Amino acid sequence: MPAVSKGDGMRGLAVFISDIRNCKSKEAEIKRINKELANIRSKFKGDKALDGYSKKKYVCKLLFIFLLGHDIDFGHMEAVNLLSSNKYTEKQIGYLFISVLVNSNSELIRLINNAIKNDLSSRNPTFMCLALHCIANVGSREMAEAFAGEIPRILVAGDTMDSVKQSAALCLLRLYKASPDLVLMGEWTSRVVHLLNDQHMGVVTAAISLITCLSSKNPDEFKTCVSLAVSRLSRIVSSASTDLQDYTYYFVPAPWLSCKLLRLLQCYPPPEDGAVKGRLVECLETILNKAQEPPKSKKVQHSNAKNAILFEAISLIIHYDSEPNLLVRACNQLGQFLQHRETNLRYLALESMCTLASSEFSHEAVKTHIETVINALKTERDVSVRQRAADLLYAMCDRSNAKQIVAEMLSYLETADYSIREEMVLKVAILAEKYAVDYSWYVDTILNLIRIAGDYVSEEVWYRVIQIVINRDDVQGYAAKTVFEALQAPACHENMVKVGGYILGEFGNLIAGDPRSSPLVQFNLLHSKFHLCSVPTRALLLSAYIKFINLFPETKATIQEVLRSDSQIRNSDVELQQRAVEYLKLSSIASTDVLATVLEEMPPFPERESSILAKLKKKKGPGAVSVELEDGKERGELNGGGDRGGDAAIAASNASTPSPSADLLGLRSTAPVSGTTPSAGSLLVDVFSEAGPSATSAGVNDDGFLSSAPPTVASEDPAPPLPESDELLNKFVCKNNGVLFENQLLQIGIKSEYRQNLGRMYLFYGNKTSVQFVSFNTTVSCPGELQSHILQCICTHTHTLLNVQTKTVEPLVEGGAQVQQVINIECLTDFIDAPLLNIKFRYGGALQNISLKLPVTINKFFQPTEMAAADFFQRWKQLSQPQQEAQKIFKASHGMDTEVLKAKLLGLGTALLENVDPNPENYVCAGVIQTKAQQVGCLLRLEPNAQAQMYRLTLRSSKDTVSQRVCDLLAEQF
Amino acid sequence: MRFLLLFSRQGKLRLQKWFTPIPEREKKKITRDMTTMVLARKPRSCNFLHWKDLKIVYKRYASLYFCCGLDAEENELLALEMLHRYVELLDKYFGNVCELDIIFNFEKAYFILDEFLLGGEVQETSKLVVARSVEASDMLQEKQRLMEIILLFPLFFSCYHGGIHEQACILTLGGMDLHTPEGIWTITDLTTVQNHGVMSSRMICLNLCPEAGRECF
Repeated sequence: MPAVSKGDGMRGLAVFISDIRNCKSKEAEIKRINKELANIRSKFKGDKALDGYSKKKYVCKLLFIFLLGHDIDFGHMEAVNLLSSNKYTEKQIGYLFISVLVNSNSELIRLINNAIKNDLSSRNPTFMCLALHCIANVGSREMAEAFAGEIPRILVAGDTMDSVKQSAALCLLRLYKASPDLVLMGEWTSRVVHLLNDQHMGVVTAAISLITCLSSKNPDEFKTCVSLAVSRLSRIVSSASTDLQDYTYYFVPAPWLSCKLLRLLQCYPPPEDGAVKGRLVECLETILNKAQEPPKSKKVQHSNAKNAILFEAISLIIHYDSEPNLLVRACNQLGQFLQHRETNLRYLALESMCTLASSEFSHEAVKTHIETVINALKTERDVSVRQRAADLLYAMCDRSNAKQIVAEMLSYLETADYSIREEMVLKVAILAEKYAVDYSWYVDTILNLIRIAGDYVSEEVWYRVIQIVINRDDVQGYAAKTVFEALQAPACHENMVKVGGYILGEFGNLIAGDPRSSPLVQFNLLHSKFHLCSVPTRALLLSAYIKFINLFPETKATIQEVLRSDSQIRNSDVELQQRAVEYLKLSSIASTDVLATVLEEMPPFPERESSILAKLKKKKGPGAVSVELEDGKERGELNGGGDRGGDAAIAASNASTPSPSADLLGLRSTAPVSGTTPSAGSLLVDVFSEAGPSATSAGVNDDGFLSSAPPTVASEDPAPPLPESDELLNKFVCKNNGVLFENQLLQIGIKSEYRQNLGRMYLFYGNKTSVQFVSFNTTVSCPGELQSHILQCICTHTHTLLNVQTKTVEPLVEGGAQVQQVINIECLTDFIDAPLLNIKFRYGGALQNISLKLPVTINKFFQPTEMAAADFFQRWKQLSQPQQEAQKIFKASHGMDTEVLKAKLLGLGTALLENVDPNPENYVCAGVIQTKAQQVGCLLRLEPNAQAQMYRLTLRSSKDTVSQRVCDLLAEQF
Repeated sequence: MRFLLLFSRQGKLRLQKWFTPIPEREKKKITRDMTTMVLARKPRSCNFLHWKDLKIVYKRYASLYFCCGLDAEENELLALEMLHRYVELLDKYFGNVCELDIIFNFEKAYFILDEFLLGGEVQETSKLVVARSVEASDMLQEKQRLMEIILLFPLFFSCYHGGIHEQACILTLGGMDLHTPEGIWTITDLTTVQNHGVMSSRMICLNLCPEAGRECF
């Protein structure tokens, strides 16, 4: 093409640009620019009226200066003047300036809009396009207000030129994205949809972007586009590469349009009309077939365009998630790409497989590629490809391959790129926790993680391992032993020292029997790391030392010596000094009883959303997507009494991580022993000033299962339970946290945790009004025979704001405040009825009397039991007496989604056994109900029938009442 | 597509197009991140990256990097070909395009982009159609310029009627300063125009202004 006007005669501009390019330094450049700006300013301000050409040239220079990164604060008016020039280039430069440097000056906007209006009505297609480009480039709300009504008319008018239609469609799209409320398609809808049938391929290409966006927002109004899109797609897919002339790109017919059509179809479920669906499936098959054909060109553009369509087709197949045949073919195709010589294709295959891994039809098929993916993680030269491989491993991980994947990720970490280490560490930590069957493996993995990539192990990760060790007594001894061994390495990471300090401080006694790890050896080992550590770690170690004094009186002298040394007691850091002073004092003044109470073992942490998971979610990136998908699975798999589908709000409020300066002791959110929070020095002093034992009463209460009588009940009888209380109870069978009850006045949140036959429940009474509740009183009673089955007590009744003062006769709940109540529960033997919770208070004089069922059900005392298929069937047969079995057949009242079902079964508290039932559709679970009197083994089988939307649930246990009760409870859940 | 950036191997930004409203400070930050990230990539790495919640697709053509940011649901391969098609369009317009063409004719690079992409979506994929519309605007512009000349110098055109050819035209014009509303044209300007492979003014005149041609020649 002849470059008719290259250079365009703006000689001054070319000279200026080369001047700038010749500048040797930044300073010289700025000097030259300032000179030019002064020149232009004087020209613009001068008395002589500038002609169009000069104006254009100067405006263009200003634009150049702006694009170099300098601020421009004048020239807008001149640019606006250019808009009304009847010379094309002047108009064009004017529009370019406005598009790049739009100014919200209202006066200018009015002038600009006027100029645009004139051009839109000029009927000169070139001018109309310029105006539409400007609207699309600026896309401001003012423009939408001015033109959103006009543009649809231009778009669908019969006499509009094709090029103008294209610009109008995309211009409208831009306005719709910025101000959807101003773009009303209404009457134009069907005519816009029918642009899909337009003769001109360019018009279809532009219009489909608009239609896709509108469809995703208003699918119903635009649903006629599905059949049009399918037939258009089918025509393109079946056309020869030469049929579409210039819309064929390197022998691929209309790749852009094909991809956009496939993308549009992803706004909708599979077509209901059989013929349309058949045609679409045919198209998808043709696209998959074409991938196997020899390429028509060796050019990379050919294969890129062809594969772009293929990947878009695979996205559609994954979106439909209903054609197992296509899904498997898609998975195989991606499998081929995993080993393709083109890096780009390997990258995209890994990325696509990530989404495929979450489909139940293809999860297994994806898993067959594990070796290839691991290999990619090890051998790919490009870090972004390795990152995708790590993401895919994370997505395909399940119980069956967790150990392998975690091991591979760990070994990869040793050489991993710095840029992805932190994310890798988080992923390893999450997988290890999620699929930990035995917790010693979990502890090993995390300690390895700290050893290999200590710098990248964030606080969340090591907090989490400590939370889990504290909450699971079966792993505490092992953790102490392992961390002790890890600390013996000559150089170990500070995070290891932190974990070591905390765990030995709590559980060092469990390994103290071995002379190789006697108390003094443990202490010396920890203290040998002390001087190399940062202040927060040292503070933590000091707390560990005082715990040592409590655990091992024989170390008292040594440790006191250390605390007394100048480097501690006169440390320039105020936190360290304070700890040294206070701990020294505490160890010398307090009696062993006081010491034991202050430093008693940490109570279990309340279950909360894994802080690691929260952190990974916060980190944006592809991983976050797959995590979200797996959220459902996550629930209930976290350690023992895990976060069983806790109410989001409550989980969020608990997920707060302590600030880095607060040491771990501060972690206990329900800290019963306030005195041990070392930073609150004044509190500690209070402990001494009051006589020891009395000061500890508050703390002991919380842990001991005291059977103190509930607070005196108001004279009114408790109301009968609310009619919906059974329903509320059912809500909590498979979860432990959430909102139990809510009306206009009061909200009751619940958080509970169970271990063996013990449970602890936190009730949060929130006053939703601004007026105080008077005579607030709650009682828990056990109906009839339950009295003898569950032992319960109300321990403390505390305001969240103040500490332990509210054992007054007339508790007040201030407006907007929350009151917390702790209930300890012990299950003596199996039971059916739930305890009743009665709440009474006066609100504005009127007595409120509410009775609810406390969501304590027998399944809360389940301990999950893992067993192999053979064991399961053997035990199943052993429980073959008719009264040991309970069965129910019932209709599904919710969707039959696999992940939801799994989450509920795990929430029940049993172990979900994989690969046991010969029919993979079925679920089997096993668990032992722990009561004080006995242990009741329980086996469960759930057979869903998706066609009939029915379930058959079978329970077998060694006790008939248990089978029946669990069966009844569970049947309400699906 | 959220944005398109062209930058040199030294990290100098040559073209920037933002398809969503972004504050200037954010633009600068994104530009800085993109240049450092993309320039640090080894040769023959894959062309895709993740950055925050965006997919980044980039490709190097000679000394220039073309780099764009996509939403999560967009197709990377197609975006790669979008960059390629833009390069082809520039190439067709400038004839063997190089970085200098884009530096000195940045406004043209923006105009061509507007014909191809609008609001971050492909407007027209046919190379012929885009080229034709860019050409048409250029023609429109040239036509306007010649009309000026013709209007200003009716004498000049009329006296050479019938036998005028390129050389004569330039020589004649070179003999005088040509005052047009676009500035003062001297002989250098016209030679420059010619060196770039411009058709003779007369040809253009005949092609574009048949009426004017009939009248003058």
